[in-house]
Amino acid sequence: MSFEKNAAGTVYERFQSSAEFQDLRRKFRRFVFPMTAAFLAWYLLYVVMSGWARGFMGKELFGSINVALVFGLLQFVSTFLIAWLYARHAGRSLDPAADRIRAAVEASGSGDADAPETEVAR
Amino acid sequence: MSDENLSITLFLVFIGITLVITVWASRNTKDATDFYAGGRSFSGAQNGLAIGGDYMSAASFLGIAGLIALNGYDGFLYSIGFLVAWLVALLLVAELLRNSGRFTMADVLAFRMSPRPVRTAAGVSTIVVSIFYLLAQMVGAGALVSLLFGFSSDFAKGATIALVGVLMIVYVVFGGMKGTTWVQIVKAVLLMTGAILITLLVLGHFNFNLSSLLDDAAGQSGKGSAFLEPGLRYGTEAQGLEGKLDLISLGLALVLGTAGLPHILIRFYTVPTSRDARKSVLWGIGIIGVFYLLTLVLGFGAAALVGSKAIAKENPAGNTAAPQLAEKIGDIVFGSAGGTILLAVIAAVAFATILAVVSGLTLASSSSFSHDLYAHVFRRGKATERDEVRVARISAFVIGAVAIVLGIYAQRLNVAFLVALAFAVAASGNLPAILYSLFWRRFNTTGAVAAIYGGLGSAIFLVAFSPVVSGTPKALFTDVDFHWFPLENPGIVSIPFGFLCGFLGTLLSKEHNAEKYAEIEVRSLTGAGAEAATDH
Repeated sequence: MSFEKNAAGTVYERFQSSAEFQDLRRKFRRFVFPMTAAFLAWYLLYVVMSGWARGFMGKELFGSINVALVFGLLQFVSTFLIAWLYARHAGRSLDPAADRIRAAVEASGSGDADAPETEVAR
Repeated sequence: MSDENLSITLFLVFIGITLVITVWASRNTKDATDFYAGGRSFSGAQNGLAIGGDYMSAASFLGIAGLIALNGYDGFLYSIGFLVAWLVALLLVAELLRNSGRFTMADVLAFRMSPRPVRTAAGVSTIVVSIFYLLAQMVGAGALVSLLFGFSSDFAKGATIALVGVLMIVYVVFGGMKGTTWVQIVKAVLLMTGAILITLLVLGHFNFNLSSLLDDAAGQSGKGSAFLEPGLRYGTEAQGLEGKLDLISLGLALVLGTAGLPHILIRFYTVPTSRDARKSVLWGIGIIGVFYLLTLVLGFGAAALVGSKAIAKENPAGNTAAPQLAEKIGDIVFGSAGGTILLAVIAAVAFATILAVVSGLTLASSSSFSHDLYAHVFRRGKATERDEVRVARISAFVIGAVAIVLGIYAQRLNVAFLVALAFAVAASGNLPAILYSLFWRRFNTTGAVAAIYGGLGSAIFLVAFSPVVSGTPKALFTDVDFHWFPLENPGIVSIPFGFLCGFLGTLLSKEHNAEKYAEIEVRSLTGAGAEAATDH
């Protein structure tokens, strides 16, 4: 592990600049930022089409079930799907690294759960 | 037994159960972590149910079902915004907040900023958002009693508001977060059970053929296939461009507001680890998602079986659609006794719903008052835990009493817009401050204060000069007209403005604490040094 080589600054600064933490941070951000952009765009597309594409939204697909209803139900499907994908990504790619770094930080004496209150929140 | 007596009996049973829970919770509430965060001892599934109980307000149960019953498809837009919003909480906020904060939203902001100005801003915003939301729920409770029990006098409404207020004060003052959470869990189970039962009966009546249910709904509404399409309520063609912009504005506030609502944020502190916070949101998304799908059936079912005219006659906003549907489907399936029983059940569930939500709001605002404003701003962090909890209890009492008085005073006013305003303020002020502080290295005190006051101020300012406050027949003040802002929802302007204020405010100040940023970043992502659960 590369924790020791950046010996400048506080314990947290050293861990922050460690390769393992940078990798964790990248894996987290590379998932949540594009995913957030995607679901917000998908949702806004739905809202904009509800305002401006009413002819299309009103098209009946089967029986009385039209595009608007299916589009709305797809928002539920995409929400469930993204939640599941995130849980899977976090469990596989984020949690193991987070646990290792956490153990190392706590072993180094900082960030102890029983740290004095001023450390925790001021 | 008449339906009124039966629902009152059922409601009294609910009160009895929740009071027993409160007594138990008060015996197990020993320190600040117990009072504010339920000892961080709830499981992910329990907290997920409580999230559902906290979030699915009477506005979403009765309001959305009514909107769909009267205006068709447009009510569904609300459900979708309310649900998709949870992805913001799941991906960007819940776990990081759990890892870096203790009791309130302000804990995360104060982490690497100058604590007093940031806590003052966050405390003010928390209390304003919660009180707006609370007031709308209290007035809703007063209206509900007249609809469900036929008590239409101002006295009966006032007495109901006072009863709801007294119960919520008791839950919060004595039960703290433990009591409040269990009230929300019980309510969520009751609400889901009731909604699933009615939905199955309605679908069964239509042989589980959704298309024929929709057909009947469209036919009964008198509006034909337009009833199944967007545009009857929001952004109607008659309203032109402004109406459509209002629709976008509402959509933005719904999807971005949830992750900035203080009473939702404090729920993430009630579990032992950030993994449990993740699990709670996953459970919450499941429960809330299923609930809004049920609401779709309830709304269209009410339109098909009760008829839009009969619903509008009872209540012009459609708030009685779900109870009316319960009575009707009970009649159809089990005969008139069945209708009476189902109506009573749904009426009692609606009251349980209101109680659980107002308790969460009272707890959020009193926690922030005590932890942020009293302990950290007024006492500069020198208050003891015992002092803090005492002040939190006193402020829950005071906030509850104020809400009762305002609720009684406002019962003749149309305050439904306050819920949308609470979402707009949360999205415009709280969300930028939270996201910047978790993700933006350069962010600082000036930026945080500017984002919160900028977003809060612009949302309230724009709504004050909007058609919901003056100049229209449905406005808060109908006899004056000082509106110039054309939209009912400020989000489309105030949300970008809040983010911009946070950005510019940050650039205006050279302050930057690299050390604390390193700490919050490592802690929020790994859980190192996160607050542990208490065990006793």
